Amino acid sequence: MCLAIPGLIESIYVQDNINMAKVNFGGVKRATCLAYVPHAKAGDYVLVHVGFALSVINEQEAQSTLKVLKDIGELDEI
Amino acid sequence: MKYLDEYRDSTLAEQLSQRIHKATKHNWTIMEVCGGQTHSILQYGLEDLLPETIELLHGPGCPVCVTPLELIDKAVAIASRQDVIFCSFGDMLRVPGSQNDLLGVKAQGFDVRIVYSPLDCLAIAKNNPDKQVVFFAVGFETTAPANAMSVRQAKTLGLGNFSILTSHVTVPPVITSILQSVDNRVQAFLGPGHVCSVMGWKQYEAISNHYKIPIVITGFEPTDLLEGILRCVLQLEAGEYKVENQYARAVEKEGNKVARTVVEEVFDVSDRMWRGLGSIPKSGYKLSYDYADFDAERIFQLETISAEEPAICISGQILRGLKKPHECPAFANMCTPETPLGATMVSSEGTCAAYYKYGRIGQTK
Repeated sequence: MCLAIPGLIESIYVQDNINMAKVNFGGVKRATCLAYVPHAKAGDYVLVHVGFALSVINEQEAQSTLKVLKDIGELDEI
Repeated sequence: MKYLDEYRDSTLAEQLSQRIHKATKHNWTIMEVCGGQTHSILQYGLEDLLPETIELLHGPGCPVCVTPLELIDKAVAIASRQDVIFCSFGDMLRVPGSQNDLLGVKAQGFDVRIVYSPLDCLAIAKNNPDKQVVFFAVGFETTAPANAMSVRQAKTLGLGNFSILTSHVTVPPVITSILQSVDNRVQAFLGPGHVCSVMGWKQYEAISNHYKIPIVITGFEPTDLLEGILRCVLQLEAGEYKVENQYARAVEKEGNKVARTVVEEVFDVSDRMWRGLGSIPKSGYKLSYDYADFDAERIFQLETISAEEPAICISGQILRGLKKPHECPAFANMCTPETPLGATMVSSEGTCAAYYKYGRIGQTK
């Protein structure tokens, strides 16, 4: 129930005065409400839960975490 | 897929496992709060990558599991009306009530529909003005913004035939309740990443400080969870306690302010019954005064429905990390995912259901 999945915003449109988007989840496309991420734009990855984007994935933080994880491995090999 | 595959890298997971082994000098218990995290831990066999001295306790963060039997009976009563279209997320349909479940009601010919988003219910209400459309609004803080927006939008659009049956629960009061119990075993928490993407993690700093306990806000992929466990172990071994944010790619300290504002407008904080745990003060949401017209319990006058949980079920102790599924005499015989007796077996994200599904029927960790 609390799982949210990252998806790619392909296009944005307005429905009943709310910003919506077509979001691509690895090939599966779903209508997603953008009301809670007003700054999101096409090309952004968003974390989507029950049809609502809850946050824009921070690419810098994502890469930074991966770098820390990789560094942990390299440290252990020294 | 981007942001999934990278965090499922088995080489990184193995390296994190080695680091956890090196860092662990003592016995520790760590509770993951969220049912989605429990599911990932069992799905990827992460407990097998940990030292024997680390015990993961599986917490109460599955909203499907902890929705009271009484609410299921109320949902069944509403759905069993000719003038109603009852809408729900799919995982609520098989949850057993005292006599029936929503799938059974659907099989009897009543109009029960699975929706992907609560906003879908508004289109159904618009297209069916002669029916009452009711949405079963279950979930933690992650789901509350979506459900709040559906009610707010229904009011804006003037939809008089839409309402929600609310069973919203919130995380900080239940983890406080666990920490306050005299038999508490939890020494650190993996915080609920998606709940915090909405609410932020300021509330958890007060809990960490007061109870002197490490809390690491953690994501849901294997390397997220292993990194969260490593950060907990490093704090525990150093005698430290603070809130750390492992899931920074999706969680900011303040959370999502827009979402929080709408939740605060539509809902008021209220006491809530938790299946298996009883009533916890200020642990849920109810519709606020301005939105009371959208309250299905009020519209359908269901106050008289009440129900009791099966006495044999030990889910309350499992949800607090005091017992494991194999310690229950009913586990995997009287109680299975097909015939669940209690909270932790009723949803695939529940601890007992996850242990059953991933073949850990006789295992202690």
